[in-house]
Amino acid sequence: MGSVGVVLCPCDLEGEPLFDPDVLTEKLKGRKDVLPVVYRSAACSESGVEAIRAFVEKSDVDRIVVTCLRPELFGPTCMRVLRQSGRNTAFSEVIDIRPALASVEKGGLKEAAEHVLDLVEKKIDEVRGRVPSLKEKIPFTKRVMVIGGGITGITASIDLGNAGYEVLLVDRLPSIGGRMLQLSETFPTLDCAQCTLTPKTVETGQHPQIRLITYSEIESVSGEVGNILVKIRRKAAYVDWEKCTGCGLCQEKCPSKVASEFERGMGLGKAIYTLSPQAVPNKPVINREVCRFFTKGKCRVCEKVCPVGAIDYEQEDTFIEERVGAIIVATGFDLYPKEEIGEYGYGDVPDVIDGLAFERLNSASGPTAGEIRRPSDGHIPKEVVFIQCVASRDPERYMPYCSRACCMYTAKHARLYKHKVHDGRAYIFYMDIRSMGKGYEEFIQQGMEEEGILYLRGRVSRLFRDNDHVVVWGVDTLTGKKVEIAADMVVLATAMIPSRGVKELAEKLGIKADEYGFLTEAHWKLYPVESGVEGIYLAGCAQGPKDIADTVAQGNAAASKVQALFAQH
Amino acid sequence: MEYLYFPGCTLYTKAKNLDEAGRECAKVLGFELRELSNWTCCGATFPLAKDNIMALAPPARILARAKEEGGTLTTLCSVCFNVIKRTNRLIREDSEKREKINTFIEMDYQGDVRVLHYLEILKRDVGFETLKAAVKRDLGGLKVAPFYGCMLLRPSEEMEFDDKEAPTIFEDFLKAITCEPVEFPYKIECCGAFQSVGAPEVATECAYSILSSAVRNGAEAVTTTCPLCQFNIDSMQKEVREKHNDFPGIPILYFTQLLGLALGLPVEKLDFQRNDVDPSPLLRERGLI
Amino acid sequence: MKIEVSRQKVHNEFAQKVEEISGQNLFACYQCGNCTAGCPVSFAMDLGPHQVIRFSLLGLEKEVLESNTFWICASCLQCTSRCPKGLDIARIMEAIRLVVLRKKERLDRLEVGDLPGEFLDRVPQIALISGFRKFSS
Repeated sequence: MGSVGVVLCPCDLEGEPLFDPDVLTEKLKGRKDVLPVVYRSAACSESGVEAIRAFVEKSDVDRIVVTCLRPELFGPTCMRVLRQSGRNTAFSEVIDIRPALASVEKGGLKEAAEHVLDLVEKKIDEVRGRVPSLKEKIPFTKRVMVIGGGITGITASIDLGNAGYEVLLVDRLPSIGGRMLQLSETFPTLDCAQCTLTPKTVETGQHPQIRLITYSEIESVSGEVGNILVKIRRKAAYVDWEKCTGCGLCQEKCPSKVASEFERGMGLGKAIYTLSPQAVPNKPVINREVCRFFTKGKCRVCEKVCPVGAIDYEQEDTFIEERVGAIIVATGFDLYPKEEIGEYGYGDVPDVIDGLAFERLNSASGPTAGEIRRPSDGHIPKEVVFIQCVASRDPERYMPYCSRACCMYTAKHARLYKHKVHDGRAYIFYMDIRSMGKGYEEFIQQGMEEEGILYLRGRVSRLFRDNDHVVVWGVDTLTGKKVEIAADMVVLATAMIPSRGVKELAEKLGIKADEYGFLTEAHWKLYPVESGVEGIYLAGCAQGPKDIADTVAQGNAAASKVQALFAQH
Repeated sequence: MEYLYFPGCTLYTKAKNLDEAGRECAKVLGFELRELSNWTCCGATFPLAKDNIMALAPPARILARAKEEGGTLTTLCSVCFNVIKRTNRLIREDSEKREKINTFIEMDYQGDVRVLHYLEILKRDVGFETLKAAVKRDLGGLKVAPFYGCMLLRPSEEMEFDDKEAPTIFEDFLKAITCEPVEFPYKIECCGAFQSVGAPEVATECAYSILSSAVRNGAEAVTTTCPLCQFNIDSMQKEVREKHNDFPGIPILYFTQLLGLALGLPVEKLDFQRNDVDPSPLLRERGLI
Repeated sequence: MKIEVSRQKVHNEFAQKVEEISGQNLFACYQCGNCTAGCPVSFAMDLGPHQVIRFSLLGLEKEVLESNTFWICASCLQCTSRCPKGLDIARIMEAIRLVVLRKKERLDRLEVGDLPGEFLDRVPQIALISGFRKFSS
């Protein structure tokens, strides 16, 4: 049983020290199992860190406890010093003394000192008896799993693959590409989204280091950094992907026409489908909830026409287990459902669609071959209202936060609409314009000046159907007037929310998510792509709403973190 | 089943048709409305000033007396329902105001009386299926637009009546009594309320918007549960036509009159003379009277 | 026109009185205008409800009290039910009415003599009771 070294830092970085150190040093000097005690102000400074190093190495102490006001920031530093001095970091602890702040309020420095002493003594007792839990070292597996095959996951996978590591890219959809697959063009350049994405998905699919595990979900996770065991459920596709050649005949001949989630209600799809003609991997799956064979026992056309006999209605979910050293979570986003917005008709007012649905209308590969036609009657809308901040910035009724990308994509939508419908009018209801990237502000202003998009500053209180128009009741706060528009179509920029099921996934991984389901970063400013659990990293919209440039940057960042981690072992 | 009944000042006089039909229908449906033995006007507005405790005294007294007499309190008038329900909740939740009010009215009321609107009784306690079975005079799918107005629905966390954007209780009621409910967007918008007194030109425009929307969506009649709504969209049609001479006019019926018609009550009991726009021509044309 | 903004002018006694009577925080309004957009009678108002809140916060008592906004308000609560910041705008309108009606000099908006006789015969009691409660002291 070793003795425990105590480093007391009263933290006077902001002026006054937090507690009276004399009270503690007196009390601790009396304990036989604690020796020695060091008191050092601003322990996190360079000289402070060196003092701790000298203390650890000189006194032969094999475990320490350190009082600290910002353990998430100073903790890694302490652990680094201990590791460099050859000590087992699992024996030491950094003590979070923030609870003692309340005592300073109540009874001043003396009372705070009592509180801190209590915390310190508890921690000493905790670390005193620690022994190594394992007899030998476990090998550190330098493989990484990326959960989420959207542009973020793809970016991270390619970086890590290029660095020479084996990557397992898991996605719940049949093919990779994520939300970007649904987009037509991206801001601010209005480049074709599929032209940007397809080279990346193909590179990922062909990369020797990257293994795609699509149409799969994470079943369970155990272990810790360097040795994480992940059980994955590969959902039954009812198609044998080993045999399938991707010829597409089954999709062509499938007689069913069903609502397609990918088309966001703008078009129909088949029961057997790939997400796009350029899908990676280009293998279909059967949706058993709408397939005529599974629901009514009829049809079986796909089975008949498949030239290689790849259809297998008996297929079941399978499970695989993989051991990895690190995980990157890049599960992306969804949009707040308009079906839950009462004042906009609970989703029952025809021709009221959301942002992703507009992308499908505008896409050449979409349900209308890229023609802007309104869903109810297929007519080309001449008066289109775009509404920003729907269910965002709304603490009383919906999400309090700003969804960050909508100002830009709404401007993009309006501009794309005007490019196709020259005699149409686009109106954008907004509260503010948040255009903070490179070229973004110019893009917004160009839309106003060159496309004649009318920006109306104000919210829309209500919309309803009247004959074959959607009546929009909004306001233009810059003139102060209530505004009524008889729109042909309305596009709602609804709030960005995390993908379905992310809270459960966070629980399985043992990482934190906030009340909305966005994964919590280890530090707001300094550690945006770390989860707080060593070996698990965050990237993209899973961590919070953002645009593609920022999600890619986070994908790069998370990959870099994994590489640094692997380099240490 | 017996309910304590608060008629409110207007139902005794100007809106007698709402009241009488309501009482008669209750008898037919097998529940009793026992009028509160000692009641006063509710005040017609829930005080929106945080420091106005005086205006809470009359509704508080009504509730306290209901507590003494024992039972669930019900009313037909939307405005009374709103004032009483909101006062009830305030007394339940604000101990400081509760004490002040109780001291003033010299009673000890804790906010624990259950308050229901007549429509809620029909839905929860009678049941729309039972109601449907009790229909004696089939109204033949008469197209009726239900006008909720504002006081039944808002504030929705306090009124707990129905979804404030897309309510359905009135439509379900109409279906049960063999009418065809007409969906129209102005059903939850205010009729102008007391502005018929303060700024009548404004209230006239509100009435015009509401009624023309109902007509445009195919309504043959409109139904309400509030004497103020009734006045603003029935009696004030005269003023509406002065401003908009193409306005066709449409009869406005209290929901209890429709209910009474469906339950087979004699027409005299339904007191159509009090409806300013006479519904008789429409009802006669449809063979209902 | 120009207004002076200083710590004496902004959030002045008038604004604070409105906040006290209504129990609402005028600073919370981020001027989205949802209240004005959904108000059934805002077409007749010279200032929208959101503008009244803005003017009040800036301490512009005269302009607020000269507007007809808070007198036209029907207390239907549509504004309150849709405010994304949870402000009870109906209460703010009531508070401004009361600032006027509670003044020492009698400044009633409506008097019985204003109403024609035959109208008084037709109108239901609740209209008179609620009307006089809102428009007179």
